[in-house]
Amino acid sequence: MLELRHVSKSFNQKSILQNISFKIKKGETICLLGVSGSGKSTILKMIAGLEIPDGGQILFNNIDLTSTPPHLRDFGLVFQDFNLFPHLNVFDNIAFGLKMRKINDNQIQLRVAALLEQVNLSGFEKRNISELSGGEQQRVALARALAPQPRLLMFDEPLGALDKSLKDDLLNEIRSILHNENIPAIYVTHDAEEAFAIADRILILQDGVIIRDDTPEEIWKNPKYVEVAKILGIGNVVEGEVIAKNKIKTEFGIFDIDCKKNKGEKVNLLITQSSKSKDEMINIKVEDIVYKQNQFEVKSRGAKFLVKEKTKIGQTIKVTVQVQCLE
Amino acid sequence: MMNKQVTLDAKNIPVNIRLFLWLPAFLFLLSFFFYPLTKIFSLTFDFSTLTNENNLLITRNSLLFTFYQATLSTILTFILGIPSAILFSKYDFCGKSFLRAITAVPFMLPTVVVAAAFNSLLGSRGLIPLLSSFFFPQLPITNYQFTGTLTAILIAHVFYNTTIVIRIVGNALSQLDSRLENSARVLGADSFSTWRYVTFPLLRPALLASALLVFMFNFTSFGVILLLGGSNFATLEVEIYIRALQLPNLNLAAMLAIIQLFFTLIFSILYTRTINQVNTQTNPQFSQTQKPKTFKQKIFVTTLCFLLSAFFILPLISLPIRSLTRLEADRGQRDEIQYGFTTDYYQELFINRRNSLFYVPPFQAAINSLSYAGMTVLFSLALGYPVAIALAKPTQLDKFLDPLLLLPLGSSAVMLGLGFILSFGRLISSPLFVPIAHTLIALPFVIRTLQPAIKSIPDKLRQAASTLGASPFKVWRTIDFLILSRATLTAATFAFTISLGEFGATLLINRPEYPTIPIAIQRFLSQPGGLNYGQAMAMATLLMILTTTSILLIEKIRLNQSGEF
Repeated sequence: MLELRHVSKSFNQKSILQNISFKIKKGETICLLGVSGSGKSTILKMIAGLEIPDGGQILFNNIDLTSTPPHLRDFGLVFQDFNLFPHLNVFDNIAFGLKMRKINDNQIQLRVAALLEQVNLSGFEKRNISELSGGEQQRVALARALAPQPRLLMFDEPLGALDKSLKDDLLNEIRSILHNENIPAIYVTHDAEEAFAIADRILILQDGVIIRDDTPEEIWKNPKYVEVAKILGIGNVVEGEVIAKNKIKTEFGIFDIDCKKNKGEKVNLLITQSSKSKDEMINIKVEDIVYKQNQFEVKSRGAKFLVKEKTKIGQTIKVTVQVQCLE
Repeated sequence: MMNKQVTLDAKNIPVNIRLFLWLPAFLFLLSFFFYPLTKIFSLTFDFSTLTNENNLLITRNSLLFTFYQATLSTILTFILGIPSAILFSKYDFCGKSFLRAITAVPFMLPTVVVAAAFNSLLGSRGLIPLLSSFFFPQLPITNYQFTGTLTAILIAHVFYNTTIVIRIVGNALSQLDSRLENSARVLGADSFSTWRYVTFPLLRPALLASALLVFMFNFTSFGVILLLGGSNFATLEVEIYIRALQLPNLNLAAMLAIIQLFFTLIFSILYTRTINQVNTQTNPQFSQTQKPKTFKQKIFVTTLCFLLSAFFILPLISLPIRSLTRLEADRGQRDEIQYGFTTDYYQELFINRRNSLFYVPPFQAAINSLSYAGMTVLFSLALGYPVAIALAKPTQLDKFLDPLLLLPLGSSAVMLGLGFILSFGRLISSPLFVPIAHTLIALPFVIRTLQPAIKSIPDKLRQAASTLGASPFKVWRTIDFLILSRATLTAATFAFTISLGEFGATLLINRPEYPTIPIAIQRFLSQPGGLNYGQAMAMATLLMILTTTSILLIEKIRLNQSGEF
């Protein structure tokens, strides 16, 4: 359905996005994951038509939309800070897109009522925006975007301004709505947890380039890049040096692993804890301990491990780990 | 000093002392505002006044003309003001803050200065007509007229009020979240619908509020209309003046004053309502200014910058230039005109040419003005301080009494003058009445300046100082005195500046032998000859310098204050 081909964009001679290409299938939810400033929102703005790409094409069902104005694209966009119209009440906010499409009043009434029920806000029609809580505002924003039945739905950090418990509730709601409506969706976030919860496919953006495009399982299994491992917050990224074939020396000892590098080269390893006995065993010296949910988080040389037994600072303990090469 | 401490602990002031604090200002208002007001009322609601056909005709005409010129002025102000508001709220360009400051200057200048400034630029003795006839003598400039035309009035009104539109609408524009427009676009609104259903409704309160304020100022404008238009342009204000002094018909003047008061009251109420909506609208902290990028934007920014600079700087520069250049004969001689630089106009200010008893040399007018201003400062501080102390931590009583103080602001200066004439008759020849009228106008400003300062004196700071071992006097000197002296200086400067430039009320009540600077300027402008004109220019220049210095002083004290708290 949606396809981006070699899209690029720069502001004031500074390149923001380079050669962005991806496709979204019907009913698929993809997630653009990246730290702030990685260019995620700019991609959405270009798809929405609020920014024009410097190069490349944006297509929907193989029709080039690159220079189509936003109001003719039929896409929905939900912003982080809701962006509800402060001068309109809940009903008129949700009805806005329908009115712009000159849909008759009876149908608008029905559609708005159905949407309010869908986002659990039945009876809120006459409320003013300023009377709503953050979560309620975001629900109205969601309903507003869904109202005109867009061909594609985009979310720009939609839960960024909400607190944790609200976030989880709304995330579930969004997921079930997307599932029911079967609309292709792009979800932008810097929060890996959200991305894994909602996405069929995750695209990881780093400095304006997509460095990973895969299913959540694959990315979790094999992050492949240092940046990906860091964004996902999996395991410990540790520097090492190839001292012989299949031998890499790190601060945590020497590991037998082939990173396809020559002797003397530096490599990054991902060290994750594992419970399988056939994995590597390392000794670490405890530098700091924090009690965390029935376990102890032990820090040593910038890396973190979880252990069952209480330890003391200065003590040396054994941990089973899995080691992967990163690029 | 202990005594002072007690009065300043505003929280604990008992009601009887609170009443006592209000007493001086209240008595003052009672005798010099409300009593004259009742006089005006009683004259108006006289059966013969209300039924006199001639009176009604004059009233209708002046009312219609007032609405007509105020509407035209407001429309023109918006034609310049809206693009300027967009310019300042959306774009970054070189010299932006300077240009913004320049557009705000006229608002604070006395009407005589503005009138003289436009006269010096465009009037028939002004720089542009004289210079063009000097350099291009073959140009057929016959019947050139600027002063005495509606155009002159309208231009001066635009000059005065554009800053209001820039401020109110510009603020609303810069607080407008562009993402709301983006949302609308994505939801299927084309650019016109976005403007129609999102941008315009969000700006409407600001547009309405600024339109009301501009209209109100144009409606009550007096000095500009009299000085640039002349008494042919009979607005309500001018008509009141004419009926009070030139063709006396005090009943008619009183009736016009009541009508005027009625409309100003309505406009103020409407304005207060709409401006409240402006404040509560969108979330602030949204600045999205950018350098002009496209060709269209560059053209827009450059043209408007050029236009605004010319419009706001030229009159203010031409006034001092014209006061220092001789471009025509001093007394209508045909030959031997010396063109060029001259300080004669300034030197003449000190000479009583006519040796006439009623002729007052301009130098004397300056002394009058300064002593009136000094008295205004004393009166308004003496009356304002107790009220400001009571208002620092207001009770219900204070909140009830507070709006009374603002009433004199709502009524026009000419009306204040008329009230004095009606109430005090012959007594008015006492030179005290001019500073009393000025005090009525200055008092609200003085109280508004003092009150936040007194409120800001932190009790905790004072307690901390005394626990550190400071004596009560030392506490007062190191904390209260510092804060209060600044506020007092600001308030005094306000009162001083207001008195110095006041024209309307002074024109009605001043004695011919004690003219103020604005009155002297008006007299010189109405007399023939290049020398008189030059002297008017010279005096207006001096007044402009004095006023601008005072404004700068106020701004500087304010900046320092905000930096510290």
